[in-house]
Parts: sequence; C-alpha cells; structure tokens
Amino acid sequence: MTFSPQLEARFAKLLESYPAGRERAAMIPMLLYAQDELGAVTDELVAEVARRVGVTPLQVNEVVSYYTMLHRQPRGKYHVQVCTNISCLLRDGDQLLEHTCKKLGIGNHGVTEDGEFSVEEVECMGACSWAPAIQINYDFHHDVTPEKLDRLLDGLRKKR
Amino acid sequence: MLYNEPSPLETKVLTRRFGMERSAAIETYLATDGYRAFQKAAGMTPDEVINEVKASNLRGRGGAGFPTGMKWSFVPRTSPKPKYIVVNGDEGEPGTCKDRLLIESDPHQLIEGVLIAGLAVDAHKGWIYIRGEYRYLIDIMDRAIAEAYAGGWLGKNIQGTGFDFDLYTHTGAGSYECGEESALLESLEGKRGVPRIRPPFPAVAGAFQSPTVLNNVETFCAAPSIILNGGAAFAALGIPKAGGTKMTCLSGHINKPGVYELRLGFPVKQMIEEVGGGIRNGKKLKAFIPGGSSCPVLTAAECEGATMDYDSMAQRKTMLGSGGVIVMDEDTCMVKACMRLMKFYAHESCGWCIPCREGTTWLNKIMTRVHAGGGTEADIGLLGDIAKNMLGRTFCPLGDAAAMPMISFVEKFRQEFEDHLHGRPCPFEHSGVGVTA
Ligand SMILES: Cc1cc2nc3c(=O)[nH]c(=O)nc-3n(C[C@H](O)[C@H](O)[C@H](O)COP(=O)(O)O)c2cc1C
Ligand code: SF4
Ligand code: FES
Repeated sequence: MTFSPQLEARFAKLLESYPAGRERAAMIPMLLYAQDELGAVTDELVAEVARRVGVTPLQVNEVVSYYTMLHRQPRGKYHVQVCTNISCLLRDGDQLLEHTCKKLGIGNHGVTEDGEFSVEEVECMGACSWAPAIQINYDFHHDVTPEKLDRLLDGLRKKR
Repeated sequence: MLYNEPSPLETKVLTRRFGMERSAAIETYLATDGYRAFQKAAGMTPDEVINEVKASNLRGRGGAGFPTGMKWSFVPRTSPKPKYIVVNGDEGEPGTCKDRLLIESDPHQLIEGVLIAGLAVDAHKGWIYIRGEYRYLIDIMDRAIAEAYAGGWLGKNIQGTGFDFDLYTHTGAGSYECGEESALLESLEGKRGVPRIRPPFPAVAGAFQSPTVLNNVETFCAAPSIILNGGAAFAALGIPKAGGTKMTCLSGHINKPGVYELRLGFPVKQMIEEVGGGIRNGKKLKAFIPGGSSCPVLTAAECEGATMDYDSMAQRKTMLGSGGVIVMDEDTCMVKACMRLMKFYAHESCGWCIPCREGTTWLNKIMTRVHAGGGTEADIGLLGDIAKNMLGRTFCPLGDAAAMPMISFVEKFRQEFEDHLHGRPCPFEHSGVGVTA
C-alpha cells in the first residue's frame, strides 16, 4: 500500500517511539492516522498495519472492533458528532442531536446519500463547560444552538 | 485561547500562563520561570524531589486522589529494567474538560512535570497518552516536544545535567475505559483496552512490563510549581491533607460554566454562587455531582457546608473525583439524567467481567423503561439490587463507577422514580428547561 509522504514519515517516527521489539504499540496510532487519509479501516489497511508492526491481521481486527473511533465503513466527508452525555444533556444536547438528524435527513449513524455528511451520537468529548458541544471531524464547536448548527452545516455544504 | 472568563476567586498556579499571548510557545514558557524547576530538581537527589512532592500533599487529580509523592516512591529504583513515565490524558469522565486546557495553553508545563518525575524515579522515556478526539492537542503537544528538543530541554544530556529523556505522544481511539490506568497501558501497547489484574501495580510492572509512573495531566502539571516554590508553599494553598489547587470544571445549569482553578477546600456554595454566577434563570439548585459522572450525586441540602476537597466529599459519601462539577436545577428530571449515565456506562463497559458487562446492560435497560413510564415498583428495587451486587465485585473500578451513582440517584430521588411508573408522563416534561421530555 502507498501512503502520503507525511503519513509515511509519521509511521517511521511511531515505529521508533517504543522500546525495541514493541512495535505493536504503534498499531492504534497508525490505524487512526491512516483512517484519516483513507476514510475507513479497509481490509488492505488491516493487512498492511499487521505486516508493519509484526502481528496477524486477526490481532489488528480485534483491536479495531474495540475502539469507537476506528470504523470499517466510510463515513461522510463531514462527520458530525453530537454529545448527549450529562453536561450536554442538561443544555439540550439531545434536542440538538434530533435537530441534526432532521436537518440532514438521516438517523444516528447514518450517512447522507451524497456522502457529504454523517451523524453520530457520542459520549462526553471533554467540552462539558461549553455545552452542548459537537465535533465535525476533529473540529470542536461549543455552545451550539440549532441556529448555529444550521449555519455550520450550510457553510460546509457551500464549500464543495 | 480562553474558553471562559477567569474568576477573581481563582488561585492561579497551574493556569497562571493561561491567556498570555502565545502561552504555548517555549519562549513564553522560558520567560516566565519555565524549566527552572527542572534545573533545580536536577541539582537535588531523587529522594529530595520525592520528599518535596510528598510535602506538597499533592494527590492524584485523575479521580482516585492517591498521594502522588507516595506513588513515585513505590518505583523500585534499583530495578535493572528501564523505568517509564506515562501521562494520562484520556480525559473521558463526563463533566471533565480541564486537561485539555492545560495541554492547549501550557504544554511545556506538562513536559517539565514529566521531566521532574523522570528525575525522581530515574526514568528516561515517557509517553503522553491523549484521547483520539483531542487530535488538535496531539499537534500542540508534538510542536511543544519538538521545541523542547530543539532547545535542549529533551533528548540527550539535557542542559548539561547528564540527564537524558525522550518523550512521545500516543493517541487513543475512542474508549472511556482506556482512562483506567491498566487499560491505558494495554492500549499503549497496541491492544484492546481490557484492564490488567493488580498487583503488580504500574509502579512495579507498568508500560511494557517495566516500572512506570502513571499520573493524570493535572498532577504532572503541578510538579514544576512544587519544586520551584517548595512543597510547603503548595500545600499551604489548600487545606491540611490536601494541598494546592484543583482545576474545577463547572457545567450544567449554571450562569458561568467554565474551568476555574480553585484552592482545595473551596466552599461549594461560594463556588456555585460567586464563581459560577449562580443557577441559570434564577432557579434553585436541586442536585450536584462533585467530580465527574462516577461520583454519587448530592442533594442541595447536602451541599450545605460542603467544601471542595477529598474529606468533605468523603463525609458525604461521594468523591472529589476529577473536578467535573455538574450542576442541576430544580426542573431537572433526575430519572432522565440517571438514565443517560447508565447508557454511558453500558456503552463503555469493556465486557471483560460479568458483573459489569451484565450489570451495566441491565441498569441501562431498566432505566430506559422506567423513564418511559413502563416500569413497575419492583424495577426500582431491582435497580438498587443490581447496583449493590456490582459494588466491589468487578475487575476494575468501572463497575463501581456505574453502581455508585445509580444507588445515589435512587436513594435520594426515589419519589421521582415512582412518579414515572405506571405509564405516567415525566413530570418535568413541560418545564422547558434542561433535562425534559
Ligand atoms: C473507568 C475509569 C476511567 C478513568 N479515566 C481517567 C481519565 O480519563 N484520566 C485520568 O487521569 N484518570 C482516569 N482514571 C483514573 C486512573 O485509573 C488513574 O487512577 C489515574 O490516571 C492516576 O493518576 P493520578 O494519581 O495522577 O490521578 C480512570 C479510572 C477508571 C476506573
Ligand atoms: S469492570 Fe467493566 S470495564 Fe472493568 S474489566 Fe469489568 S467489564 Fe471491563
Ligand atoms: S458531556 Fe458533552 S462534552 Fe462532556
């Protein structure tokens, strides 16, 4: 498999970051950083990471299935993650999730037909004091109201 | 960047560089006493460093509150194995958003804290484990680490002291359980976040089976001030048995939610009224979770006379935890709040041991039907029974973290659970504020 030069550099650095013989430690960062480039954890990626860190593909799959951020199916180009955990709930995070789904016409874990957006209800993301919070891909948005969310999504739609 | 206005009632020690221009840059750090604590510690013996931390009365800020100096002293320094430092930056406890700010605004303070721990236990390598959602913090941390290497504050023979240290970031990938120290170590090693049996504790067999100091971000960030100004000065900021300040995250129905650095022993009432600006919309306080969702909930009456420290919270059968203060007003549906927490623990249980895997699943299912009005009298008893049978019977503390709040919600707000039975609609449905519907 070929990756971008930046990702290759990152892999090389990762493989040196752990004690000798412990290359397996690089597995999760490699999977997450590669997923960012590929859009999903593909079978090919599983095999490639397994080869590079010296484990079997099964051992990689076992890890992939544990972590919620690692996913085998592609998500939307903009993955909208709405927190509904306690601090966000107290500030109507659940209504924000409902609003997001309605606005995009998809359910929780759904992807829009054009592949632009996907929605996921998530657990606390460390933004409790600025609730309700969402993340679009890795970008945090705080104190989100339905109006603010509409503006954000409309802005992203226009960008393409 | 600041996310909320600071409060004049704060005691700014760990946060003193917050809000400075380019506060994360090494030049800013060096211009404000940065790395002077490391140089001081490099001239001390490991025992002197550890004794200073002991004298500070610093207790772990990740949730369990274990005395940090004592933890560092457990590392067998004569072990032939390499020793490691691991920073817990998983920050997954609902209600908690403080480590994020410490890394974002002052990453060099964390690096210096790690170096001090390295000197104390003769470690020369470390990893900062940061939850996957905090990608931008990995970038900030990587930049700071690169600056530190370039400036000779990491790497070989740091500033001519003869001390070597290599530091790396490591990303998580979405798992609350990976904040638990032994699950974190498994995750660091490239495995599922299933905890380890203890003993041996990480101090003896931690990362890659080597002796390891593992602490929360905030705990390490306290080390530079402790060394620079002395343990006694840090201790004096707090109260006896609990030194220093605590990063406190106010969230929920409060006028000025935000993260504030408050001295330990800060009165709860004053914190809510003056630091947090009181309850939103002129409402009354109903309930209060002092330190993240795993801590038993307190009623407004129980907050009377309470102070933000380990003992005051223990007297009220709850915990200071991670400093995630969740404030709920009189219109909050406690059944719904509790239901959401049980959904969280059911989702995050790693599934390794049966009392937690089954217990959290059933608590979630029963809470869902009770909240929807489809529960029976017996369900309320069942919730308490299941939770009590989980206590102390799980492989790691996540089981307790689900059971303890569950028990407290039923005990303290039983009437609200009863009001939901027999198909009755939620009494808070039309209040229009907060946890309704
Ligand atoms: C389920 C669970 C989740 C935890 N999550 C975190 C976390 O996100 N961050 C953290 O520092 N400690 C967390 N802890 C506590 C750690 O196990 C450990 O006690 C702590 O990191 C030790 O550092 P300290 O002594 O500096 O607090 C968690 C514990 C449990 C049981
Ligand atoms: S208590 Fe829960 S999270 Fe901990 S080991 Fe058991 S199943 Fe896993
Ligand atoms: S509860 Fe939503 S970010 Fe913490």
